[in-house]
Amino acid sequence: MSDALLAITLVWGFIFLYAIMASMDFGAGFWAMTYIKKEETNATKIANSYLSPTWEVTNTFVVGLVIAIYSLFPGAVFPIGVALIVPASLILVLLCIRSAFLVFSHSVDKYEKALTYISGLTGLIIPGLLISVLPITHLGFVEGVRGNEELNLSKLFTSPNEYAFVGFGIMSTLFLSSLLLSDYSKQADEMKAYKIYRRDAMITGPLMLVMALLVMLTLRNEANWIYLGMMKNSALLFISLIFFIISGIALYLPYFSKQEVKGMPRLAVIAIIIQYLIGSYVYGIAHLPYIIYPNVTILSGFTDPTSFRAVFATYIVGFAILVPGFYYFWSIFMKDQRRKFKRRQMSN
Amino acid sequence: MDHIQMARAMFGTNMAVHIIFATIGVGLPMMMLAAELMYQRTKDLQYVVMAKRWTKTLGVLLGVGIPTGTIAGVQLSLLWPGFMEVIGRVMALPFQIEIYAFMVEALFMSIYVYAAEKIKPWARIVSLFFVAFGALASAVLISNVHAFEGTPAGFRFENGEIVDVDPWAAFFNPSFLVTAGHTALTAYTTGAFVVASVAAYKMLKNKYGTAEFNFHQKALRISIVLGLVFSFLTALNGHATTQHLYREQPEKLAAAEGLFETQDHAGLTLFGYTDREAQEVKYGIEFPWLLSFLSGNSFDTVVTGLNDFPEEYWPPLYVHILFNAMVMIGSGLIALALFALVWNKWLKKETYPKWILWLFVASGPLSVISIECGWIFACTGRQPWTIYRMLTTEDSVTSYENLGFLFTMFIIVYIILCVSVVFTLLYYFKRHSVMDDIYKAEQKGVRLFDSNS
Repeated sequence: MSDALLAITLVWGFIFLYAIMASMDFGAGFWAMTYIKKEETNATKIANSYLSPTWEVTNTFVVGLVIAIYSLFPGAVFPIGVALIVPASLILVLLCIRSAFLVFSHSVDKYEKALTYISGLTGLIIPGLLISVLPITHLGFVEGVRGNEELNLSKLFTSPNEYAFVGFGIMSTLFLSSLLLSDYSKQADEMKAYKIYRRDAMITGPLMLVMALLVMLTLRNEANWIYLGMMKNSALLFISLIFFIISGIALYLPYFSKQEVKGMPRLAVIAIIIQYLIGSYVYGIAHLPYIIYPNVTILSGFTDPTSFRAVFATYIVGFAILVPGFYYFWSIFMKDQRRKFKRRQMSN
Repeated sequence: MDHIQMARAMFGTNMAVHIIFATIGVGLPMMMLAAELMYQRTKDLQYVVMAKRWTKTLGVLLGVGIPTGTIAGVQLSLLWPGFMEVIGRVMALPFQIEIYAFMVEALFMSIYVYAAEKIKPWARIVSLFFVAFGALASAVLISNVHAFEGTPAGFRFENGEIVDVDPWAAFFNPSFLVTAGHTALTAYTTGAFVVASVAAYKMLKNKYGTAEFNFHQKALRISIVLGLVFSFLTALNGHATTQHLYREQPEKLAAAEGLFETQDHAGLTLFGYTDREAQEVKYGIEFPWLLSFLSGNSFDTVVTGLNDFPEEYWPPLYVHILFNAMVMIGSGLIALALFALVWNKWLKKETYPKWILWLFVASGPLSVISIECGWIFACTGRQPWTIYRMLTTEDSVTSYENLGFLFTMFIIVYIILCVSVVFTLLYYFKRHSVMDDIYKAEQKGVRLFDSNS
């Protein structure tokens, strides 16, 4: 594998990880808002308790992702920076307010309601904005000569593909988060919340698939080059569909059988993550060699080879130190949460 | 405002807000560590309470520090893509490592807060040490990028292309140690005086001899000692930093001192403002020969004046005022801490007179103002360059023109954050008094830390 390919794989991995983490984070905020009036189900509490410890890591991941892009592909910084200045600034502002109130609400109980609405609304808007980055990179609306690029906003906002992606992003967020929350509330033995989230996953899942098909359809018209690239791997797309069906079975099957079966949300979560992994791989491969079509390719944007080696070394060292640490902390946290729920149930 | 100035104002506003929280975020963990160590020495539970309350404060301050830091990290590429293109090629390492440093800090902070009462004292101190270490490392690494901007190394331009890249040479650029050291020492100084400020205010509000008064007096004593040590070290380091300027960015030093004519036996001027037409500092107090001596340790040292540089390379002349404010506040802090220490240790006084306490109340905000002056001096003093003599600000800025709307939006967000962070701190500490915490600490088996902070 060439260095540039290795580097873009790393970036793709980060984006994938962030997408999964952030979907769960943002979606949890939305669900907490939706069920704020249904106190007896604990659905809001479950979602909020999931939110609180993850924000710092998710926030830092945004910076980590940006740093990864400019240190591995500095040649792409100028067009990306210019193209994304408006959407990224909006994302930053919303993210900033959301994170700050998340922290403040721990100290000021009055804020809790305000926080739920802030994180609920931003939880829907931010993913829509975030996913817009993809159509911006593949639709070819970044115009102008090098050093003087500009994003053609009117073309972007009249493009059906952009809206298909926004819809896909929002639906994916809701689907992934409700799926994860159903697993999480089952772990915590909160059966009322579990049923609610399982139902939500059963509704948003098919809607997400419809949006995914719309994405493909609009891609075919507007960015045929990437559509053709993706169709080269149609076998993989088909496999990803199978994983979607597996997760559907894991969720729906107990619903149709008359007995009190609890369903298998854990299996559904894993199957769906594999589905997204395959899907985003196919999209990513078809996107190559372009970072921004047609201005920047991975080779034209790639960093200096000496810098690449130094940066890559820091990744290896950094991850070797941090991954075990975070795994350890995450397991403490999950245990702690489960204990807290048990305690609360006993006191009820 | 033209578009470069708008971009600079936009990024500058972000930095101005971020550094308040970032600086205290580096300084407070050092104070927490000091309090924990004091507890190990004295077994006085009040020090644990102190560390706990500072941890809570830090947790709330991070609620602004981290989001504004996120904005800074992303906005660099949005507003200064030309600059980040060079940084990406040459100086990516500090940013990379900083992410890990931050993660280390966040991780051990969570362990310290979550597991504080379940782990052994030494493990608590170790985790706190890593919190402080992570915070310090972040500050050192980010300042290193600033150092690189002033004294670039590890690459050169050839026909507009970057060649001969050596990322580690860039990392260990000539002013790395002094600049990063300056950030670290001033952050510790600020941490100490911000704590002193709150403690002194609370001492003024409580009667002498009450338990609450004694608690705050203990906090004030720690901050006086540490404040003195770090402000004194800052002065020594500041001297070294100035000598680096003399060698590496002479026009910045000339602008800071308002020196126009190249000369030996150059004088140092305090106060006043630099008059461009008259080519002198007006209404200042001049100390003859001192600048030459400070720059090169001898009165014969020739200091280059602004007139030896083309005028388009001149930094803005108001940096003289910023530089002065920074130095004067720094010196004042040393004097204040030294006086209070002598008062307490040698004159054996039980407590401090009111006027000293009021000076300490002012010391926290003043040290933050000094930090602001220092950063504005350091960054505007480098103009018109983003990377000294390599890359101009004009070539760094984005080609996107309509920044006004975005700028307004960010300003509103900063105002909301700053107001609500103050409100949050006041609200929380009004409902969780020192006495409650001390009482809690004395009971066995009551959790002192909230698990969710």
